[in-house]
Amino acid sequence: MLEAAELECERGARTLFRGVSFVLRPGELLRVAGANGSGKTSLLRILCGLSRPSAGEVRWNGQPIAGIKEDYARELVYIGHAPAVKDDLTPRENLEISCRLAGRAASALALAAALERLRVPELPVRKLSQGQRRRAALARLLVSETPLWLLDEPFATLDAEGISLVDGLMGKQVDGGGAVVYTTHQEAGSRSTRVVDLGAGA
Amino acid sequence: MLALARTVVHRDLLLALRRRSDVGTALLFFVIVASLFPLGVGAEPNLLRAIAPGVIWVAALLSSMLSLGRLFAADYADGTLEQMLLAAAPLGVVVAAKTFAHWLVSGLPLVAIAPLIALQYDLAPGLYGVLALSLLLGTPVLSLIGAIGAALTLGLRGGGVLLALLVLPLYVPVLIFGAGAVEAVRDGLGAAPHLALLAACLLIAAVGTPFATAAAVRIALD
Repeated sequence: MLEAAELECERGARTLFRGVSFVLRPGELLRVAGANGSGKTSLLRILCGLSRPSAGEVRWNGQPIAGIKEDYARELVYIGHAPAVKDDLTPRENLEISCRLAGRAASALALAAALERLRVPELPVRKLSQGQRRRAALARLLVSETPLWLLDEPFATLDAEGISLVDGLMGKQVDGGGAVVYTTHQEAGSRSTRVVDLGAGA
Repeated sequence: MLALARTVVHRDLLLALRRRSDVGTALLFFVIVASLFPLGVGAEPNLLRAIAPGVIWVAALLSSMLSLGRLFAADYADGTLEQMLLAAAPLGVVVAAKTFAHWLVSGLPLVAIAPLIALQYDLAPGLYGVLALSLLLGTPVLSLIGAIGAALTLGLRGGGVLLALLVLPLYVPVLIFGAGAVEAVRDGLGAAPHLALLAACLLIAAVGTPFATAAAVRIALD
């Protein structure tokens, strides 16, 4: 479903990576590995269409994503470094807004269930800890029904229970025929995972 | 697509409601700047009547610019702007909705409060309506043009000053037609030509600027 062809990324004058190619099929889990500064986040941003690669292209079901922007965006959930939750809103409001932005209307019940499952208290996000913010962001995974997840350091700042929970969600996603691309430093994850290694960095 | 735009407007209004002080500051700035002139130039009624349209419009311009920084910067910092790029509608729609919400909280209050401020300048009775009408047509243009500048200066150090330098020259036509409308009525001419030109500015800006702003946001996030 997702295909990366000879991707190259330049930041300033230096080349972070070149010649990154892979094909991701339904039911596959792909881990992006590499040292700090090797371009893991840049690769993920290229895969979801936020940045353009300096060479190569990303294809979704055979079509270059540059040509099918919103249609492609509807197919994916991207959770980046920044948790993308507003401090002044509650987790519930944040979740509801991001669902609507993604073009889906989740029921109030589904929203509450997702937040409860991740144990996020219903306080303004300003009052939450880093780990709880992360959980509030990750709650999007529970209400999404998209085939592709792109997760940048999903385990960062989570406790052991949170990690196993997210790991379980990722497992369920691939079992259900979805695909996940994620970056992590931890050797987390019990299931067999394909790895794209970006090496030691520039 | 329309539902998504409504979501964005609703979201930004909700955020403004939770951060009422931000909205209040820009409005208070307008009130204070516009009130400083009568104190500074003295209580000579003819002079005040002469400068009123220009002063009130310049104060509105500055106040609208003051709030531009908020348009994208906070969403850029916490990553929600990124998510809006991945929304299920074209970025132009999202940006237009955000700009509209920005006008609702920063422009519309100016329209409402300007006639009250104008009392200090002892304008002729018929002028208050024209002043409000010119602001009603003009302030959305300020938000639309300002959005381009706000997007272009995203993530820059000292972006605030650069924003002013970028945007203020582009505000000139709005200032001329806006203040001109009030002056024309004061001088016994009709305001229709000026208001028609303002409306034309609004139409052009409404159609053209969201694309430019969207492009600038894309560049900022690349």
